[in-house]
Amino acid sequence: MSRNAEFLRQSAVIAVDEVHRGKLDKAMRNYRVAVNRMVDQQFTDWEALRQQAAAVKDHVLGHWPEMLEQFEQKITERGAIVLWAEDAEEAREHIKRIMSRHEARLVVKSKSMVTEEIELNELLESSGIQVIESDLGELIVQLCGEKPYHIVTPAMHKSKEEISVLFQQKLGTPPTDDAAELTMAARAHLRQVYVTADVGITGANFLLADEGAIAVTENEGNARLTMGCPKVHVVVAGMEKMLPRMADLALFWPILASSGTGQQLTSYNSIVRGPRQANESDGPETMYVILLDNGRSHMYSDPRASEALRCIRCGACLNACPVFKTVGGHTYKTTYQGPIGSVITPHLRNMKDWQHLSHASTLCGACTSVCPVAIDLHGLLLENRRQATQEQADDAFWRFAMRGWSFGMRCRWRMEWGRRLYRWLGWLMPIPQAIRRSVPRLPAKSFAEQWRSKEKSSSGDTP
Amino acid sequence: MGGKVRCFIPCLVDQVMPEIGFAMIRILRHLGYSVEYDPAQTCCGQPGFNAGHWKESRQVACHCLDVFNSGDGPIVSPSGSCTSMMRHHYRELFEGHPRASDAARVGGQVVEFAEFIQREGRLDDLRGHYAGTVGVHKSCHAYRELGLRELPMALLRGIDGCELVEPEGEPVCCGFGGTFFVKFPPIAQSMGRSRLLSFTALQASVLVVNDPGCVMQLRQAAQREELPVKVLHTLEFLDLAMFPREAVSEPQR
Repeated sequence: MSRNAEFLRQSAVIAVDEVHRGKLDKAMRNYRVAVNRMVDQQFTDWEALRQQAAAVKDHVLGHWPEMLEQFEQKITERGAIVLWAEDAEEAREHIKRIMSRHEARLVVKSKSMVTEEIELNELLESSGIQVIESDLGELIVQLCGEKPYHIVTPAMHKSKEEISVLFQQKLGTPPTDDAAELTMAARAHLRQVYVTADVGITGANFLLADEGAIAVTENEGNARLTMGCPKVHVVVAGMEKMLPRMADLALFWPILASSGTGQQLTSYNSIVRGPRQANESDGPETMYVILLDNGRSHMYSDPRASEALRCIRCGACLNACPVFKTVGGHTYKTTYQGPIGSVITPHLRNMKDWQHLSHASTLCGACTSVCPVAIDLHGLLLENRRQATQEQADDAFWRFAMRGWSFGMRCRWRMEWGRRLYRWLGWLMPIPQAIRRSVPRLPAKSFAEQWRSKEKSSSGDTP
Repeated sequence: MGGKVRCFIPCLVDQVMPEIGFAMIRILRHLGYSVEYDPAQTCCGQPGFNAGHWKESRQVACHCLDVFNSGDGPIVSPSGSCTSMMRHHYRELFEGHPRASDAARVGGQVVEFAEFIQREGRLDDLRGHYAGTVGVHKSCHAYRELGLRELPMALLRGIDGCELVEPEGEPVCCGFGGTFFVKFPPIAQSMGRSRLLSFTALQASVLVVNDPGCVMQLRQAAQREELPVKVLHTLEFLDLAMFPREAVSEPQR
């Protein structure tokens, strides 16, 4: 089944799932209230901040190679090992080698979408290494055997009740639907893991060029323990996570927290400048930073799509998207869901298999209006559609249909005959019932035809 | 008072819902404008543009330029979406094209109905009466691409007797999306239903919508779901409230 057909099939099922919609509506409503309050309280001119953040990220893209080198040099000076990965496979090879070098048996991980992108958990498990997610939402989806549902809130689709049953089964937790108790149960489960794990793997929300440091944003303290307890810390980060200066966090931390979760700042923000230094008493002995390209430099070479490299993965566009709310995160079958996922996946993977996602948007522009780095998301979806057509990566039926449309629409009488044909013979045409029911019975006479006869009979200016 | 205006009648109005076009003409004439309409016009080219087929879109848009390029004066449109297409997206579509200047000229003359009324300072001249709770759905392209924001509400301020309601928060898309509703019918229908339910929850018996695409989408959704709400284009609603007629004076069943 093609990716498009699979998407269509699954969306048809989930679009009418009222329970699913109910859960999402509730989550989104809470999110929206929190975000609006935070944006109002925290920023005097949100629009100006968006433009400023966009300008900082554009500056990064303008000086990308230099900043990456500066980052590498600075962090290497303090003993970290920087590894470059052109694609997912190369990143996986790096990680395999690190695991065997350190004889890793147990790995603890904090939340990182880029490790989803390279399918790290599958790799580790197939090599006989146990890997445990330490972010509560990630732990929930891992215990369910699912993929993250949303780039920021991976278990958004799970109710408290479902999580309670899951924890009873998998962690032996006594029955409860108290969120705090469930959280404590997960925490108790994880504490042992931090101190016994051989390797901790995290992502990075930002790479700081001037300091040669990584910054990690979180709310549970789990990333801090993941980085701090095991002897080896592996960072996997997309190359686009760069910021020019540590001082830029003064802007990016608050906008990420506001747009991501409606917080002033997230509860924990860590800056890591390397492994344990000679004068320090704790921290990992060895630190690796794997910088992943995996299609990013390909996107960089596209003058329009490169704008999407500004993305800080806050998830605001997913939460604003009425299509996401209808189909949910799993239907996309991508690492990154929602509008940003539909924009970048065809560039990161390939146009042919993934261009259908660029069409799975009404171009309502809600995503663009909330993006904290002012990415023209719906404009880029439109651009993807154009590219797909140009590369003939779209489906042949639509090429044919659009030619017919253009032929019919360039001339009044051809358009009139198009309507008449549908009126008379539409019932014979192979049009799905669902589409038929979205179009009313067409009138016998068009506006133009009625106008002509009315003007003829009245030939005056009376209404 | 008044002057000459040209009408842009979107393909969806021309071929599917002509009533919307006649409502616009009645209102414009009532306000004293002399209305011109050239039946040669067809479509602005947006369906092809949005589907990524720019070559085909340009062919249709060129026909539109042929129709409007010779005349002068404002081109009033009952659709924010077509207005945005011609005003904003023609720039991209005709970049480096021999007809770029025609596109800029015509695009610069197109004005959405509410924008036109506001620009002319005639908002308070749309006087009428309608009794009932009226939902106002602000269409996305008019709201976000033309930045009309509160204008759809202001346009109805001269109609007394009715209470205007809209769900809390930013306007949410109805699920039409042009080719979207053909490519992904289940998603489109679910979105339409969900948007309608947010208005029926407010006891709206009439839903006023300022774009023909959204009118069709929501009207069909109301019919499919058998929801007790009558979906009207803003112009049809104004027409109804300003010029009460026997046959349609009681739209609430």
